[in-house]
Amino acid sequence: MLKIGNTTFNSHLFTGTGKYSSSEVMEKSLLASGSELVTVALKRVDFKNQVQDDLLTKLNHPHIKLLPNTSGVRNAKEAIFAAQLAREALETNLIKLEIHPDPKYLMPDPIETLIATEALAKLGFIVLPYIHADPVLCKRLEEAGTAAVMPLGSPIGSNKGLKTIDFLEIIIEQSHVPVIVDAGIGAPSDAAKAMEIGADAVLVNTAIAVSPDPVAMGLAFKMAVEAGRMAFEARLAPKHTGAVASSPLTSFLDV
Amino acid sequence: MSSFKDLFNTYSWDDVKQGIYSKTAADVLHALRSPKRNLEDFKALISPAAEPFLEEMAQLSQQISQKRFGKTMQLYVPLYLSNECNNICTYCGFSFDNKVRRKTLSDKEILQEVETIKKMGYDHVLLVTGEANQTVHVDYFKKAMELVSPHFSNVSLEVQPLEQDEYEALIPYGLHAVLVYQETYHREDYKKHHPKGKKSNFDYRLETPDRLGKAGIHKMGLGVLIGLEDWRTDSFFTALHLSYLEKTYWQSKYSISFPRLRPFSGGLEPKVAMNDRELVQLICAYRIFNEEIELSLSTRESETFRNNVLKLGITSMSAGSKTNPGGYAVEPEALEQFEISDERSPEEIAQLIKSQGYEPVWKDWDSALNPKANY
Repeated sequence: MLKIGNTTFNSHLFTGTGKYSSSEVMEKSLLASGSELVTVALKRVDFKNQVQDDLLTKLNHPHIKLLPNTSGVRNAKEAIFAAQLAREALETNLIKLEIHPDPKYLMPDPIETLIATEALAKLGFIVLPYIHADPVLCKRLEEAGTAAVMPLGSPIGSNKGLKTIDFLEIIIEQSHVPVIVDAGIGAPSDAAKAMEIGADAVLVNTAIAVSPDPVAMGLAFKMAVEAGRMAFEARLAPKHTGAVASSPLTSFLDV
Repeated sequence: MSSFKDLFNTYSWDDVKQGIYSKTAADVLHALRSPKRNLEDFKALISPAAEPFLEEMAQLSQQISQKRFGKTMQLYVPLYLSNECNNICTYCGFSFDNKVRRKTLSDKEILQEVETIKKMGYDHVLLVTGEANQTVHVDYFKKAMELVSPHFSNVSLEVQPLEQDEYEALIPYGLHAVLVYQETYHREDYKKHHPKGKKSNFDYRLETPDRLGKAGIHKMGLGVLIGLEDWRTDSFFTALHLSYLEKTYWQSKYSISFPRLRPFSGGLEPKVAMNDRELVQLICAYRIFNEEIELSLSTRESETFRNNVLKLGITSMSAGSKTNPGGYAVEPEALEQFEISDERSPEEIAQLIKSQGYEPVWKDWDSALNPKANY
């Protein structure tokens, strides 16, 4: 059971809503994935016409919670404004804080993210910031009142897997808040690996949405995340190479 | 380096052209097999040597586009506010010396047009004018945007080049993107096609994206008018411009268009024709060169061409466009800037996109994300 703020989740797989070929395919994939937290870009939601908004209608399932994100903002000020709009319109305190002033690689701005996290936490938001896999930044965000941290595995949308694994391991070891590996997870094996090293959850979008069979891929990720989590809880057998037959350093004690 | 002009002036048109035309199949293969492509690779991809590799380029382009943009297509519509123009441009229906009735929409007319295009389903709009600085100036744009912005999530501008402080002044009115096409990077030919008016100043136009970048614009659109000069060489300079801008103004987003010269009453025949195969090659070359760039295709292109090319790397399309001020509601019969080719309605285009397994996206921005909203 995963807890973020006051909300508990059975599924450790968080998902996104972009890049799907249709909202019908998206809905089926998300249902197959068992995901209970689904992020939605504010810019894609038609607030003036929420009842008819295609995206929101398809996400209307009792087990699915919405995680609005601030994609498109370039600084803390814009992010805070967007978060307030999301809270009002979607009636949730959850906010995925995405501040990427660089529209090419969508790299998160650590300075603005820290400023916005502090302000939003004070305003009662449950903040989930998207950040670099930077262990010190994670601790600073904890002090600022973040509800979780979302370090990237590799550049967003790249499907390159856990390029930052050494830093993710440090973050997981040190963190008091849930660690959700976000961005770059390209295959179920990447998701399983993240869970095996102790991540609390992963967020996957492109790898599911752009697969030729998004529904099957949603299920594959569900299974991988469950397997990885189970393996982490069961604890992996240690790896070692070569036999340790003799004891050249301590055999003198046996004499 | 203070502007693109300094970099541009270190290049020679003839050398670049010769470089492109001397690329070989081996250069093309190198470009296709590299994980990251540079400007030399782009030259190879747009060269005649790449023609036998078109299918491979198309497949690669589609794959890269889907990874970045998913199976989605954004839709936008142009809204022509004015056809008044003091420039003489040899290829344009709005040219000063072209005897057409001039019109600039009044407030009431703007709102009439807005109502009609909202009913068509649009949420992203592109405001277009000629260049008539006495009547269609920054204050007119402010006024127009005050009327238009509350009705759309995303407002772009395709008008005469402005000063940095003028762009800064328009951003709080909801200005998201500005499109300024260089038309051609061939300095001497540019002069021939723009003999009179403010537009005849090549350098001022060339430095417009720099002014936009300094103003902190969210997005800018680049391109050349294909048909004025050798399209391969012109496209190389577009890519060079793009690379410079991406590095310098890293907080802005970029899009590319590739308008082919279209007929209009009394207009110019293309000096250098580009066939459909070549346009596909260019679209794919841009995508393979730059995975993140937005690529836009207008109604200048034919139905058949648009049906087949939308999955090859394009990320945004217009539909049901009118290219005369008042064309949607006020006076649908007036003379256009150019003849559009694909006359299908937005609804038909949305159905086409769906039938190809893509999702039409009407809204991908929110006015709440605009800094200091002033409307």
